[in-house]
Amino acid sequence: MNPAPAALEFDRVGRFYGSIRAVDEVSLTIAPGEFVALVGASGSGKSTLLKTVNRLVVPAAGRVLFEGEDTASLPLAALRRKLGYVFQGIGLFPHMSVGENIAIGPRLAGERLPPARIAQLLELVELEPDMAARLPEALSGGQRQRVGVARALAGEPHLLLMDEPFGALDPITRAALGHKVRELHDDLALTTVMVTHDMAEALLLASRVLVMEAGRIVADEAPHALLAGRGGEVAQGLVAVPRDQAGRLAQMTSEGAA
Amino acid sequence: MNGFWPILLGLGDALAAHVLLSAAAIGLGIAMALPLAVWASRSETVARVALGFASLVQTIPALALLALFFPILLSLRAVFGEGLPTLGFLPALLALALYALLPILRNAVTAQANLDPGVIEAADGVGMSQWQKLRLVEAPLAAPFVMAGIRTAAVWTIGAATLSTTIGQQSLGDPIFAGLQTQNWALVLAGCLASAGLALSADLLLGLIERGFAQRRRVLWLGGMVAVLLGIAAALAAQFAPALRGDTRDTVVIGAKSFSEQYILARLIGQQLEQAGYAVEYRDGLGSAVVHSAVTTGAIDIAIDYTGTLWTNQMGREDNPGREAMYEAIVAWTRDTSEARILGRLGFENAYAFAMREDRAEELGVRSLADLARVAPRLTVGGDPEFFERPEWVAVREAYGLDFARQRNFSPTFMYNALRSGGADAISAYTSDGRIAADRLVVLEDPLEALPSYDALILLGPEAQTDAKLVAALDPLLGAIDVEAMREANLEVDRMEDKRSPAEAARALAERIGL
Repeated sequence: MNPAPAALEFDRVGRFYGSIRAVDEVSLTIAPGEFVALVGASGSGKSTLLKTVNRLVVPAAGRVLFEGEDTASLPLAALRRKLGYVFQGIGLFPHMSVGENIAIGPRLAGERLPPARIAQLLELVELEPDMAARLPEALSGGQRQRVGVARALAGEPHLLLMDEPFGALDPITRAALGHKVRELHDDLALTTVMVTHDMAEALLLASRVLVMEAGRIVADEAPHALLAGRGGEVAQGLVAVPRDQAGRLAQMTSEGAA
Repeated sequence: MNGFWPILLGLGDALAAHVLLSAAAIGLGIAMALPLAVWASRSETVARVALGFASLVQTIPALALLALFFPILLSLRAVFGEGLPTLGFLPALLALALYALLPILRNAVTAQANLDPGVIEAADGVGMSQWQKLRLVEAPLAAPFVMAGIRTAAVWTIGAATLSTTIGQQSLGDPIFAGLQTQNWALVLAGCLASAGLALSADLLLGLIERGFAQRRRVLWLGGMVAVLLGIAAALAAQFAPALRGDTRDTVVIGAKSFSEQYILARLIGQQLEQAGYAVEYRDGLGSAVVHSAVTTGAIDIAIDYTGTLWTNQMGREDNPGREAMYEAIVAWTRDTSEARILGRLGFENAYAFAMREDRAEELGVRSLADLARVAPRLTVGGDPEFFERPEWVAVREAYGLDFARQRNFSPTFMYNALRSGGADAISAYTSDGRIAADRLVVLEDPLEALPSYDALILLGPEAQTDAKLVAALDPLLGAIDVEAMREANLEVDRMEDKRSPAEAARALAERIGL
């Protein structure tokens, strides 16, 4: 049996800043359809690892394979247009309308995105189609990141990369948008890799959680396995925070009811 | 302030030249600054070096920067050949463009440095090439800031362009320099007003473009650009329409240094040539140092210079062979070292001399410097601050054994007042100065010829000296102007009441010498 190639494969990928090993010989395979959360403290290397996929960070060692092809051998612009990428800083172009922002990827490939498609993408992220004509400055933070997601989906990518996508949003917007992204992941049959420092978010959205520390992957578990106490010390340290919070909230609720 | 409005309305040509020079300089400044700014945004070293250089240029006074391009271009002739212009449009353009560099470059670099890094990462992340990132993201976001830099550069350049008069480029500086020298304040005011008006209009239109960029309103920036281009087109039309109409008769360019006598003589020559059917153009206010090179290189066709000036400044001589020998040597030297020729002498000298009040000279029985030496130990001598440091003073003091009781420095104007009030008994003066006649002064004779002569002479450029008709038209001027006639003409322009323009004084002078 010759299975379909992995959606994404890291092969002993390394990246060093001086003597610091930001990413230290990471090998990893992600299958099509997985929703992977990369979790870790600041400086653990999770963002750097994600950026080796679209070569915003060029690995110093090893290879990254996208659908079986070495990303180093693909033309840079072409590679990036195949990958949906949602930025931590949202990164909408302030001088372009919402519609122009969404259509930028296809435009770079020489393709004009029809208004109907832009309207459809806006609807996907639950925005009104008539927002296409507005400038980003007229939007709220949550609306902007929804546009950011729509922009990432415009090129019909197979792989969606998200770098702390909800970091700058308020908790309510954050929860709603997280939920929406998970829904899109299922509906559009995407493979998704999301970097987050929030273990609760990772546990709630992902189908697989990777925990990084000092450039290495120290845990690779399904959410329920982590909740069941597996994955080692570092991972359990991260899981303990939301679990304690949830426990105390539950206790407060029951005390209030009593 | 008589004649202010006609003067202002007569500045059309100068305005057109000023617009074209400024626009070309700003355009060149932009063309240099923008690629540099892009490069600087990719390399810290380039940013430091480029901004450092532009700031350094900015510390050079504009007047000096303009003058510096003359020797630079002269030495570049070794590379580009003799056809390279060293005066006029080219050096003015280069100097002003360098001057425009800093504000544009600094704003462009600052704008790029302050671009939201998230936006830049997004540009890379969506798959833009370097060029696409520049064109689609960096340039449009930096545009309002760059435009602000261009506005600053435009105002500076339009102001500094008035100084290009001193290197022989027509501009709105022409009336300013001419007016300052002849104390004709209407001319100065008209030039300043026109230049300030131009700067304000440019600032307004460029501001419109800047606002259009910032607010992403096409009507504004497009409208502003169209208005700017229309202005430049109108200036182009005004400058080149005569040539297009087939009005191509050769224009003779007459240069003048920045004092009244030069303005008057340039007009006198111009009027002679116009009568002979030539079209004439004036390059007034040229720096004394550039006039000789301007005429030998053909940047101007005709200049008036003085034997003593050429002797010391151009030939580097310090001796004094006597009036005739000096003139002969200068004629021969000019023929041997250049394509220019000395046409001849006008008849008067504008030399250093000693002057006394007529009544005082009579009372002391002084008619020559030899007489003066006899009574000097009882007298006070006055001179401009420079005079007592000059070789002329040393020469005269040693030749006649002059030993004054007191030696006082005055600014030129106060020097004459001091003579009138008795604050000085004798002063250093210029022989053709109009105040000698006005104040009833006598110029003391110099029998030993200790003071070098400053015979006024006509210099013709390489082309003009081969033009027999031109030479014939100027022939009546040779030897025709005695020093009294020149003093009177100078006084008509210099005096405070009933002032005349250099052109009017030239016409009166022509009449007086029987042309």
